[in-house]
Amino acid sequence: MNRTFNITRIGKLLLEDGSEFPGFVFGLPESTSGEVVFNTGMVGYPETLTDPSYKGQILVFTFPLIGNYGIPADSIIEKLPENFESHKIQIQALIVSENSEEFNHWNSAQSLSSWLEKYNVPGLCGIDTRRLTKLIREHGTMLGKIIVDSEPAKFYDPDIDHLISKVTVQKPEILGKGKKRVLLIDCGCKKSIIENLISRKVEVFRVPYNYDISGEEYDGVVLSNGPGNPIVYKEIVKTAKQLIAKEAPILGICMGHQILALAAGAKTYKLKYGHRSQNQPVKEAGSNKCYITSQNHSFAVDTKRLPKGWSVWFENLNDGSNEGIKHNKLPFRSVQFHPEAAPGPVDTEFIFDEFIKDLK
Amino acid sequence: MKTKFKKVLIIGSSALKIGEAGEFDYSGSQCIKALKEEGIYTVLINPNIATIQTSDYIADRVYLLPINTHFIEEVIKKEKPDGIMLGFGGQTALNSGLALEKLGILKKYNVEVLGTQIEAIENSEDRQKFCQKLSEIDVKYPQSKAVNSVEDALDYAKKIGFPVIIRIAYALGGLGSGICRNASELKKLASRALSYSSQILVEEYLEGWREIEYEVVRDKYDNCITVCNMENIDPMGIHTGESMVVAPSQTLSNTEFHKLREIAIRTIRHLGIVGECNIQYALDMNSEDYRVIEVNARLSRSSALASKATGYPLAFVAAKLALGYGLHELPNSITKNTSAFFEPALDYIVIKVPRWDLKKFRFVKKQLGSSMKSVGEVMAIGRKFEEAFQKSMRMLDISVDGITASRTKFDFEDLEYALSNPTEERIFAVVQALKSGYSVDWIFNLTHINKWFLYKIQNIVDMEKKIKEQDFKKMDKAFLLKAKQFGFSDRQIANILEIDAHDVYLKRAKFGLRPKIEHIDTLAAEFPAKTNYLYLTYNCEASDSELKLKNSIVILGSGPYRIGSSVEFDWCCVVTGKSLREMGYKTIMINCNPETVSTDYDESDALFFEELTVETIYEIYRATNPKGVIVAMGGQTPNNLSAKLRNVGIKILGTSTDSIDMAEDRSKFSSMLDKLEIEQPEWRELSAVQDAVEFAKKVGYPVLVRPSYVLSGAAMAIATDDNELIKFLHKAVDVSNEHPVVISKYLVNAKELEFDAVAQNGKIVCSAISEHVENAGVHSGDATLVLPPQRTYLETMRQIRDISAKIAKSLNINGPFNIQYIAKENRVKVIECNLRASRSFPFVSKTLKKNFIEIAAKVITGVKVPIDDNMNFNYDYVGVKAPEFSFTRLEGADPTTGVEMASTGEVACLGDDFSEAFLKALISVGYKFPIKSILISSGSIESKAELLETCRSFLKLGVKLYATSGTAKFMKSNDIPVEILNWPLKGGSPNAADYIKQGKIDLVINIPKNFQEEELTNDYIIRRTAVDYKIPLITNRQLAMRLGEALSEKSLNDLQIKSWNEY
Repeated sequence: MNRTFNITRIGKLLLEDGSEFPGFVFGLPESTSGEVVFNTGMVGYPETLTDPSYKGQILVFTFPLIGNYGIPADSIIEKLPENFESHKIQIQALIVSENSEEFNHWNSAQSLSSWLEKYNVPGLCGIDTRRLTKLIREHGTMLGKIIVDSEPAKFYDPDIDHLISKVTVQKPEILGKGKKRVLLIDCGCKKSIIENLISRKVEVFRVPYNYDISGEEYDGVVLSNGPGNPIVYKEIVKTAKQLIAKEAPILGICMGHQILALAAGAKTYKLKYGHRSQNQPVKEAGSNKCYITSQNHSFAVDTKRLPKGWSVWFENLNDGSNEGIKHNKLPFRSVQFHPEAAPGPVDTEFIFDEFIKDLK
Repeated sequence: MKTKFKKVLIIGSSALKIGEAGEFDYSGSQCIKALKEEGIYTVLINPNIATIQTSDYIADRVYLLPINTHFIEEVIKKEKPDGIMLGFGGQTALNSGLALEKLGILKKYNVEVLGTQIEAIENSEDRQKFCQKLSEIDVKYPQSKAVNSVEDALDYAKKIGFPVIIRIAYALGGLGSGICRNASELKKLASRALSYSSQILVEEYLEGWREIEYEVVRDKYDNCITVCNMENIDPMGIHTGESMVVAPSQTLSNTEFHKLREIAIRTIRHLGIVGECNIQYALDMNSEDYRVIEVNARLSRSSALASKATGYPLAFVAAKLALGYGLHELPNSITKNTSAFFEPALDYIVIKVPRWDLKKFRFVKKQLGSSMKSVGEVMAIGRKFEEAFQKSMRMLDISVDGITASRTKFDFEDLEYALSNPTEERIFAVVQALKSGYSVDWIFNLTHINKWFLYKIQNIVDMEKKIKEQDFKKMDKAFLLKAKQFGFSDRQIANILEIDAHDVYLKRAKFGLRPKIEHIDTLAAEFPAKTNYLYLTYNCEASDSELKLKNSIVILGSGPYRIGSSVEFDWCCVVTGKSLREMGYKTIMINCNPETVSTDYDESDALFFEELTVETIYEIYRATNPKGVIVAMGGQTPNNLSAKLRNVGIKILGTSTDSIDMAEDRSKFSSMLDKLEIEQPEWRELSAVQDAVEFAKKVGYPVLVRPSYVLSGAAMAIATDDNELIKFLHKAVDVSNEHPVVISKYLVNAKELEFDAVAQNGKIVCSAISEHVENAGVHSGDATLVLPPQRTYLETMRQIRDISAKIAKSLNINGPFNIQYIAKENRVKVIECNLRASRSFPFVSKTLKKNFIEIAAKVITGVKVPIDDNMNFNYDYVGVKAPEFSFTRLEGADPTTGVEMASTGEVACLGDDFSEAFLKALISVGYKFPIKSILISSGSIESKAELLETCRSFLKLGVKLYATSGTAKFMKSNDIPVEILNWPLKGGSPNAADYIKQGKIDLVINIPKNFQEEELTNDYIIRRTAVDYKIPLITNRQLAMRLGEALSEKSLNDLQIKSWNEY
């Protein structure tokens, strides 16, 4: 049971600037590479690790104790994973200060390490995650590789990859029941977005990112979250332009927000080290209403060149970056943060309510 | 932002007591700072003279007056404030606010309540309204019912099934509440609870549920955040003030964490709170089922903890929100470039552990439960649970070196009992059980402590075993680092391997293993911190930054509050820091007490929230390279470290370590006094019982027995005959093997005086003599002090000054010091001498309007100060300091005073004469006037005789006198009409205990016959009943006499409403 003292396998994280972080291997003992990003959330590692937006990324948790409450069961209810945001672990690798090997929770079924092993995901523990975080903060997001037993691994840049094709749903599916029908363009959609729609009594027609929507009937469209660099996904931007032309009610979330902004004619840029946390403060433009939001993104919408007819909806109180846009007359709206939370605070679920009201 | 408020009244929390302690000095001070920043004129009412908030540089006006509706109304009448703050003075301030509203006083004088409004306070405080409000928004709360009689309570308990919990509305820290497992327990508790309040609650008892708290903030725009959540290690059933607590929660999943967060926000919005509040939950161990236990619509002990744990200045922000700011309009004071609308992300773990002092009380019930008994707390920060947990144990200053491997051993004969009946030592029973091979499951079943915490403690135990298996010579760097990462101090490792701690240090130094310095930055390193709020850890590879503080000085704080060391030392530390900064020094504060102002990161240039141990202080010293360390301001804890710090090469500023040792070592001190021809009570240092008995016979009983290093009279006792002496001696020797026992002649009917002073190079530069109201025999911390003295001979005063000057010169004192004197018939003797600031420094500084600590800070840094030492004759007013006892909370404790200190706090009031100041002080600690009936048991024959005059003066005032048989007989024979009440044990009617319970007695005067009664006597029952039913109690003859005189001279309306600066 007690394995705290028996971790002997040494591994290390190597960053593109040459910095090294030695640690102990858990999960899959293999080398890998990806973009190193940090998340400051203090709970919700099962949800975070299964969020498809982390595809291609080596995730660092700043909270030093991860694994305390174990991992819940892999159960599936009505096609959706009961306890996770997708059907598998999506991150490239996990980096923590302490992997809390002894866990305890009524809803746990396995330990964090055995779960990583099951999904063949490498992990490093015993890393000074605070030093690593400060380095990323000062230097900006970096590529890195995890090296186990000196096996070589090449640096891998997810920003030039077409990651959405790796996480989108394979074929269209219908979820939930309702009079209204929502077309969900799946860029790597989190389960909780679907749950938030279903619970509002709509039928969700979930389609792959490149699905031809021209012949479909729907009352509104959700452009989901997803991994990678938005400018890579020209075909989705094209789809979004069609939707704008049709004046279909649209809700964009995270990647969906960036896609909608690009379709509207705005630009995106990469943040120095992104927003990945459950405590991002946003303010509704022109009001005194503020919300704590859950976020996970590297890229942001540049509002200096927001096209005519569009306005800033939300802005970040920490760095002033854009957190949402909406059209002044038409039912197009999008948010950079995650109103579905999971993990994180549920303060902005009203975004879904507003979208549902918009449905034709 | 322009605020419409020009003058705001802030209500303080009065004396420190169990359940309401230093945290409200912190929150009140922050509130005043926040208001002053807006240009608002601040008026404070708080008789707690030892606080930072009553300093001359904080509020614009300070009223050292009792906190009740009469005095608050008078201050309002005089000051005409346009606003009032009720949320920063604990339950005392909140209850006062409700009372003011009820009497229509706020409306009458047009005073607006800032922040959370009265209606919202009522909705959170009145249980019925509270439950109604929760029902409206589908929030679950424990099944409960408000009842007004014992019968109804029993009926409802039978309906929902035992066990049930009894609670009282409007109570501090769970006062009077408790768990009842059967009908007879319920009857007993319910009838007592009904004596405090006409309404009590009977509710379902959620045994073993997890206990979680959230700190919630809301602004006028309805923006809400939860600043911090906290998880109790001890589950439901143990008051959160009695519980070890971690922040953030460790065993909650995302859905649990955010479900409770959402409910917190929903609840706070619905209640309409503006500012800060705390919400407590019970969370099932086996599902997401939950109950809201309570909401505190004010700053609380938990909010102070949350502020320190996260770096989020809750009280400051709450004050700004009360003025009408939005959270987003305020800056994050740590990063300076993000806003206050955010939720801190921690990248460390925080553990709070309560500090108890139950051993000081005779007959007290040791078991912990749903009402609070602890007197202080510590907070430890680490990057591993094990690291923080072991630190917290060392911080408690209870002579353990960690959770295990201490020189102090715990041995529980009946482990099962020790685990299932929580006491202050239970956590050590958990360790013993794990060491003995009991499983985590077995311990969990007995304690309900979440297994995750038990696994972590198991890790520490396992690490200890690994260390034990090591050959120290061969121990490598990786292993030693691992031990340090699990929080083992050098001393612990040395204890395990039975080697010298210094050898462990040398090996560690050779390997270059040093703790790293990290910031509390509120955002887990996402943004850089602009303040130096710091902790040490071995679980990081690199420090955040090199601390470049040129010309810096380290101040050692007082550690956890406990009986004998409390907010007064925090005041000394804070004032020292302020003075040093004014002189151009950078200050480095080391302290571990989350209830203090000294641990506010803006009070110093660098704050280390750390242990006050030689190992830690040395590492900080080494890393920061200061000019030296000040040990004289934080009370006995840093004072005791002085020699050890000097021995590792640390420069001690102020009076030399050798002099401190000379004063602390009884033998050395005594020979010095002999040389100086200064008298002291006869004494002998002894180790054999027979020698002690012989010595006692020679000098004559009574004698005082005590160990040489003393903190607030721990293990002290008075023996009146051979039997008692032998008994106490065994006890004292058991308490301390390292230090020999001292027996001294105990003087009866003598006067005690306090001499507080500052000396420079052995010459006194300022001083104050305060006199005790009580004769010798009452611990100086429990005595009522008067400044300037009213009943002391001039010759006595002159002798005290002469002797003090000689001692100062002989010890070459360079800083603050205190000498306690005993005087009888103009012969003055020295009882003890402390070469540090004493408990009474804030009192003398504020009463005399001469800041002794500012002067001492200058002296310590070598600035030449002028001699300003007049004889206290030039004051046309008097200051009286009175103790606050928390006996009501300490179930079973005998509420008497003696050589062991028992008070938890103090107040001091000023008046034109003694009687005025005295009455104000008594009202401040809970006396209610007018008194219409008194129950007297006047003790020994001598005492009976002395109290005759007092009885006559009460009679003249129209007071109805009751007495127990002996006293009554004596009084009748002296023509004093009195009604006899039967002794409680005798039974029958009329009975003294019944009369107290029925509220027929307004004051109980019960003078004990002996120094220490070892049995549960009639007198004990009378005293205890008085305390249990909140009837003022006097157990000292002189105090009773002074009260009789004062009441003959003054009535309530004669007590003037004058602020501190009007004297």
